[in-house]
Amino acid sequence: MAKTPWKRRIKGMMFKMPLMITCEVFEDFIIEYLESELTDRQQRLFEFHLNICRECREYLAAYKIGMETAKQSLSNEAIQLPVEVPEDLVAAVIASRNDR
Amino acid sequence: MDEEHSENSAPKQSGVPDVSDQIKTIAFVRQHTGWMLRLARCYMADAALAEDAVQSAFSKIFDRSDQFEGKSSIQSWMRRIVVNESLMLLRKRQSLKKEDSIDLWMPEFDDNKCRIEEPWSAIPNAEQLLMMSETRDIVMNAIDRLPDVYRIVLLLRDIEEHTTAEVAVRLEISVTNVKTRLHRARAALKTLLEPQMRKGGLR
Repeated sequence: MAKTPWKRRIKGMMFKMPLMITCEVFEDFIIEYLESELTDRQQRLFEFHLNICRECREYLAAYKIGMETAKQSLSNEAIQLPVEVPEDLVAAVIASRNDR
Repeated sequence: MDEEHSENSAPKQSGVPDVSDQIKTIAFVRQHTGWMLRLARCYMADAALAEDAVQSAFSKIFDRSDQFEGKSSIQSWMRRIVVNESLMLLRKRQSLKKEDSIDLWMPEFDDNKCRIEEPWSAIPNAEQLLMMSETRDIVMNAIDRLPDVYRIVLLLRDIEEHTTAEVAVRLEISVTNVKTRLHRARAALKTLLEPQMRKGGLR
């Protein structure tokens, strides 16, 4: 198994210190952070970790951009893009409409 | 009532046509089938099932056109119906209960509980990503790859913008369960979109 890079080993030790959380705990807090549901104390711990951990900062940024990209890809405007309309489906809808 | 009248005097042709008007009905169905199908396909991988959802959505739309109050756009109102019909069909198939694993796409940590994340040179924003023509298809494909239980939560919460509590009620699961699934779905999405994001960051 590859040796853990020294930077990460140091971080691992640092995150065990008081008032610190590990990246795993940070991960568990993300959803509640984004819903603004962390307690004040959790919020402080979370933000402190965010400031000192580049990996978590970049991860969270990419995570949020993934969310935003998905949202914009499926907005009312975006899904209006021209598409080939399946004529059999159109015919089926019209037929069932006429049966009423 | 044969046409929708909204307070902000939406143009008449944006409403649901009357049953007697065959030409308008055909034009209406042709105008909306494309996006409705695209949306339904996000909810279910099965193309035939998505077509069923669109068909039953249309019959609800025609039946309930008098219930459209003009508080939102006609498309938003129709969109809600497509989502409802898709969920109904999925529920009938019981696929919402299936728990597939998405562990492969979850973030990694080392023995010290430190995150293992390849350094980023730059992270493009959503607008920059969507300027790359293939991004939309990559997003659709990523959403498609999520197992139903995760995909539906992501779609309802992040795309249709229901609250976490609303999603819990809709899917008859606990709020905690919604949050867990949502987080895992978002994390998987990040992993699946990562190659495109890294490519976008280099531009």
